[in-house]
Amino acid sequence: MVMRIERDQSRFRQIVRGKIRQNLRKYVSHGEMIGRQGRDLISIPIPQLDVPHFKYGKNGSGGVGQGEGEVGTPIGKGDDEGEGTGQAGSDPGAHILEVEVSLEELAEILGDELELPRIEPKGKANITEEKARYTGVRRTGPESLKHFRRTFKQALRRQLISQTYDTRDPRVVPIREDKRYRSWNTVPLPEASAAVIYMMDVSGSMTDEQKEIVRIEAFWIDTWLKSQYDGVEIRYIIHDAAAKMVDEHTFYHTRESGGTRISSAYKVCAEAIQREFPPSEWNIYCFHFSDGDNWGEDNETCFRLLSDKIIPHVNLFCYGQVESPYGSGEFIRALREGIADETDKIVLSEIEDKEAILDSIKLFLGKGR
Amino acid sequence: MALHRFAPLPPDLAQIQGQMEEHARNNGLDFFSTIFEVVDCDQLNEIAALGGFPTRYPHWRFGMEYEQLSKGYAYGLQKIYELVINNDPCYAYLLKSNAITDQKLVMAHVYGHCDFFKNNAWFGQTNRKMMDEMANHGNRIRRYMDRHGVETVEEFIDACLSIEDLIDIHSPFIRRHDEPNRYDFSSDEDSDRPATPGRFDSKEYMDQFVNPPAALAAEAQRLEEEREASERFPADRRRDVMLFVLQHAPLRPWQLDVLSMLRDEAYYFAPQAQTKIMNEGWASYWHSTIMTRYGLDPADVIHYCDHHSGTMATSAGRLNPYKLGIELFRDIEDRWNRGRFGRDYEECDDLVAKRDWDTSAGQGREKIFEVRRVHNDLTFIETFLTLEFCREHKLFSFGYNNDTDYYEIESREFPKIKDRLLFSLTNRGRPMISVVDGNYKNRGELYLEHEYNGVELQLGYARDTLTNLERLWTRPVHIETVLGDVPTVLSYDGHEHKIEKHKVAAAT
Repeated sequence: MVMRIERDQSRFRQIVRGKIRQNLRKYVSHGEMIGRQGRDLISIPIPQLDVPHFKYGKNGSGGVGQGEGEVGTPIGKGDDEGEGTGQAGSDPGAHILEVEVSLEELAEILGDELELPRIEPKGKANITEEKARYTGVRRTGPESLKHFRRTFKQALRRQLISQTYDTRDPRVVPIREDKRYRSWNTVPLPEASAAVIYMMDVSGSMTDEQKEIVRIEAFWIDTWLKSQYDGVEIRYIIHDAAAKMVDEHTFYHTRESGGTRISSAYKVCAEAIQREFPPSEWNIYCFHFSDGDNWGEDNETCFRLLSDKIIPHVNLFCYGQVESPYGSGEFIRALREGIADETDKIVLSEIEDKEAILDSIKLFLGKGR
Repeated sequence: MALHRFAPLPPDLAQIQGQMEEHARNNGLDFFSTIFEVVDCDQLNEIAALGGFPTRYPHWRFGMEYEQLSKGYAYGLQKIYELVINNDPCYAYLLKSNAITDQKLVMAHVYGHCDFFKNNAWFGQTNRKMMDEMANHGNRIRRYMDRHGVETVEEFIDACLSIEDLIDIHSPFIRRHDEPNRYDFSSDEDSDRPATPGRFDSKEYMDQFVNPPAALAAEAQRLEEEREASERFPADRRRDVMLFVLQHAPLRPWQLDVLSMLRDEAYYFAPQAQTKIMNEGWASYWHSTIMTRYGLDPADVIHYCDHHSGTMATSAGRLNPYKLGIELFRDIEDRWNRGRFGRDYEECDDLVAKRDWDTSAGQGREKIFEVRRVHNDLTFIETFLTLEFCREHKLFSFGYNNDTDYYEIESREFPKIKDRLLFSLTNRGRPMISVVDGNYKNRGELYLEHEYNGVELQLGYARDTLTNLERLWTRPVHIETVLGDVPTVLSYDGHEHKIEKHKVAAAT
C-alpha cells in the first residue's frame, strides 16, 4: 500500500538534499565532529528543518527540572533543548539531532555525497591470504571439532548392522571408530590492503589552524580508505628541515620551528615503502600536506625522489597545500610544472580554509585509484 | 482517503473497550463516543506525523516528523503508545503489536483524554468536527497546489507557519473589539469638529477662574490624544497577528483561504499546548485508577507496572508532564479529602497539627473534577503547586549560564521554581508579540512589539520570521524588542535586515 506520507517524506528529503550538501560542508568543517565515541561509532548531526518563528534565545532562559543535585550543578549543554523555553542550535532554520552512525555508514554517506568512485585495487587478486574453511569430515581430530550428527549416524549404523540396537531401549553409544571430526582446507582468498603514509610539514609557518585542516582531512581520507580495503596501515611522517616517522598523536601535536626541506620527508617515505610495504602486496597512498614554502634548491631533489622512488610504487600521491598566514608557497606550482604532467598518479590541491576540505577530498579520491 | 481502510476492532479488544468504557463511566467520566482503530507501526507513525489527522494537507514537515518517528522506532529509541484526537466522536489509535495489557492501559488512558477534551473549558470552543474540517482543508490545499503549483503553495504555507503561534489564545472566549462597520462614515465627519476644548461663558475678569488655562490645556491634550488614537491603526494593540495579516495584507483569494485555514488549525491545537500537564496528568490518573482498581488481571501486573513507571520516569533537565500532572491531581485529591485547604489550614502554624490535619472533608474527587473543568496549565500550577509538593518531588529551577554555556541548577527555593514554571507556561512558553502599528511611518509598514520580560528573542529565528512575515505583508516589517538591555528594532524591508539600537541616555 502506498502511504500518503511518502509524498511528504520525499519532499522533505529533496529539501534536505539541497540542504545536506551545505550541512555536510558545515559539519566537515567542524573539528569537534570527529570526536570518536565508543569503539567505532561516531555521532553526526541529522538535519532537521524548523519553520522559523519568534522564540526565546538562551540568554536568561531556563526552566524547571526534577531530581537530585546542588545549586550550580550543570544539567545540560547550552545547545541542548531545555524544558519549555528551550532553544535550538546556533544556526537559524536547522536544528541538530545527533544520531550515532557507524564509521562504515559515515564512509557511505561521504561516498554518496562526494560521488566518490569505488577504488579498484591494483593488480587484482595477486595479494592472497590463506583462510580456513571447514569443508570435509575425517576420522581423527580434536574432540572440540567432533561432528555430532555424523558420529551419531555412524554409531547407529554400526549398532543396526551388529544388531545391538534395541528398539525398546534405543540408546546409541558411539565408540571410538564411530567418531567423525570436521576437517578444514585452507583456501587462498584475495585480500586488498592499503598503506597510507601521511606527511606533514611542521615548520614554524604551519599554525594550529593548518594542522586542524590536515587532521580533519586525514580523518575523512582514513574513513573512506578503510571502507574500501580490508586492512589499512597508516604511517605518519613529520618534517621541517629534517624528517622522522612518528605516531599519530605526535603527528598532530608537534610544532617545530625552522625551515622546510620537503625532500627529507620524501626520503623517509621512500624508505618506509621499501622496508615495510612491498608494492606488489600493498596499495600505497601518500598524502603530503605543507604550506609549500620549500627551500628553492631542494625542489630538484624532491622531484628526483618522487619520480624514482615513490611514484612508480604508489597508487596515488596527493599533495595538499594549506594556506598559512604567511601566504601560500611555491611548491605546488613547482610540482605542477616539474613532474605532475608525467603521470596521473599525482594529485595536487590547494586548501585555503576548512570550507575547501571537501573539494580537496573529492579531488584526491575522485580518481578511484 | 479514508479512516475506513482500517479493520473494525477485533472481538477481544472490542470486549476490553466495553469494560474500560464502563469503568470510566462508573467513575464519573463523561466523554464523546470513542472510536478505536488498530494500526501497525508505520500507519501509527504516519498518523502521528500528521498531527493525528490522516487526511491532512501535504507538507514536508509531516514527512520530516515521519522520518524521525519511523527512525526512532526502527532503532528502538521511541514508540508511540497512544494517539487520541479531540473530535466528536473521539478517534484513538492502538498499536497492533502492543501486548493486551498495553491495550487496556491505553484505552483507560484514552478515556481520560476524551473526558478532558469534552469537559475542560479551554477546549470548549474547539471545532469538534475537526476530522472533517481537516479533510476539507486538505482537499482545498491540494486543489490550490494543482492550480498554482506545489512550490508556490508550499512556500506560502511555510511563511504562514512562521506566524502560526502569533494568535490570541484567549480570544475565543472574549470579544476584544467590536466588529468594524465598513458602512460607518461618521468618524470622518467627526474629524471636522474643532479639536479644541469647550469653554464656559464668563465675564472677562472671571475667565481665568471659570476656564482655567491649565485645565483647558490638559483637555486639549486629551482630545488630541483621542484623535490620534482614533487615527492609529490598529486603534489598540492586537495579539492576533495572524488575524491582522489576514484582514489587512494584500493577499490573493487562495492565499487568504490558506492563511485562514492554518489559523483555524492553530486555534484548534492551542488548547492542547495550554493543557499538556493537566491533560496528560488527568489521563494518567484515570488509567492508573481504572487499571489498579478494576482492570488488571494477575498476569498483567508486572507488565503494567513496567510501562506505567516508564511513562512516569523523570530526568533532570526535563519535567515530565505525565508525572507532574498525575502527582498534582493526586495531591489535590488528598488535600481536599483531608480538608487541607482554606484559611484555617493556611494560617495554622503548628507544624504537627498541620502535618496530621484531617477533617475528613472527603471532597477530593469532586474537587479534581472541578479542576479539570476550569483550569489550564498556567492556572493549575499557579493555584495548586505548593511548597510541600515542590520539596517532596525535588523540583528545582535551572537557568542558562552564559559563562559556561551550560544550563545549571539555579535554585531550590519554592518561589523561584514556581516563577520559572509559570513563565514557561505563560503564552505557551512563547514570547508575547503584538501588532502596534499597521501603518508605520504612514507607509503601510507593519510594526510589531515584543513585550520584553527578561528573556531575549533568538536573533536568527527572529530574522527569518521577519523574512517570512514580509512575504505575507509585502511591505517592510519591524519588531521592537530588547537585545543586550538596549531597546532594539529589527527590520526587514524585502532586501536586507537591519538592527537599530535605540540610544539610551548615557548613564555615565
